[in-house]
Amino acid sequence: MELKIRNKSMMASGEKLANAEEQLKIINQSSGIPSFDTKLESSGNGHLTSGKIEIFQVNIGKMCNQVCKHCHVDAGPDRREIMTKETMELCLSALASAEMLTVDITGGAPEMNPYFKWFVSEISKMGKHIMVRSNLTILAANGFEDYPEFMAENKVEIISSLPFYKSSLTDKQRGEGVFEKSVAAIKILNNLGYGKENSGLKFNLVYNPAGAFLPGSQSELEKEYKRELLKNYGLVFNNLYTITNMPISRFLDYLISSGNYEAYMEKLSISFNTVAAQNVMCKFTLSVGWDGKLYDCDFNQMLELNLNHGAPSHIKNFNISLLENRRIITGQHCYGCTAGAGSSCGGATA
Amino acid sequence: METYYDPKDLSKFAEISEGAPELWKKFSDWYGAVFAAGALTEREKALIALAVAHAVQCPYCIDAYTQESLAKGADLEQMTEAIHVASAIRGGASLVHGVQMKNVNTKLSM
Repeated sequence: MELKIRNKSMMASGEKLANAEEQLKIINQSSGIPSFDTKLESSGNGHLTSGKIEIFQVNIGKMCNQVCKHCHVDAGPDRREIMTKETMELCLSALASAEMLTVDITGGAPEMNPYFKWFVSEISKMGKHIMVRSNLTILAANGFEDYPEFMAENKVEIISSLPFYKSSLTDKQRGEGVFEKSVAAIKILNNLGYGKENSGLKFNLVYNPAGAFLPGSQSELEKEYKRELLKNYGLVFNNLYTITNMPISRFLDYLISSGNYEAYMEKLSISFNTVAAQNVMCKFTLSVGWDGKLYDCDFNQMLELNLNHGAPSHIKNFNISLLENRRIITGQHCYGCTAGAGSSCGGATA
Repeated sequence: METYYDPKDLSKFAEISEGAPELWKKFSDWYGAVFAAGALTEREKALIALAVAHAVQCPYCIDAYTQESLAKGADLEQMTEAIHVASAIRGGASLVHGVQMKNVNTKLSM
């Protein structure tokens, strides 16, 4: 069954699954699958606990120019939740007070936040490494023409989704015409040096399956992508990251409506990989929501699983010593990060 | 209705080892090595397996290698072309035997 055609978010459509509680009810009732915590303990990993925070991931808003059918954020042009300058200032204070070396800016389309450039410039002044998760099409959209150059000037690493190296599956997942616009945006980035050896401008692509199956070998897919994109469009990039679709939000809706939900959850659980479980990104990441609330990862953020276990739950109470070595909040969706070769915002983990 | 083929049986494949564990181990090791990337990519090997699965008409293999082809980055277009290759060989194999028919016909007919 094909993914639903969407032109607005689940939230704007008033769909029940837009609600995080409704999603959690379904995910945590998966029958016949051991609880993630039980699985983790039986594999000898014990409770998940964070270590030193290396990545400070900030979701600066759910507004986006695309309405991708698998989006875990339920982002879209109708979403108005974006981070204020005041909350960004709290993030900057937190960054100044701790050694976190990398800032990972995501959304929605983070570029659509009116304070995006200011925020990036301020972080850049601190000498932190900045990553921006850009959907590509925004970089070629009206009013954003100068953004690629701005990112290059600030040595921003760009990470972008491109579910396939052909238009067929990319457009099916991300919307009609997205592949063509993405190719145009990558050309702009390549012309600035992005994705080219020794340019100092990193440009990575993200593959995620266009359906209810796990991604294949990251290195093999990277070879295919590099060969095909160069041969057909003259495009280059640095690395391909394979990311497993999480059973939340729009992808959860697809799994249920296509009758794939139970089988997909079973596939995630039987593919549990101990090595991937040891390398999950939440161990070294702190995720900040558009409203300043703190989470273990962007997925927990979308499920509104706010930090607890004694760790501060809002950026205004940022305290590095309470945040490092915090107990991570887990659920059945966590199987998505530990299945097969593992999955994280930086791709495979095992 | 009961059938000989049950999709759930695919996950029981490894139970075949019970009768002959050493042979199963040899098969598994060889199977794993066959499908690892070599002169052909993992995607190309999955597509060959998918085509062969159709030629031998194995429902388990069709299910498994459709999933495997998708996971290795193949799309519907590539999978369909692979099946056409298998079908062309199956059809061609019948048709090429027409040469034997012609030989017999030539020999017997005036």
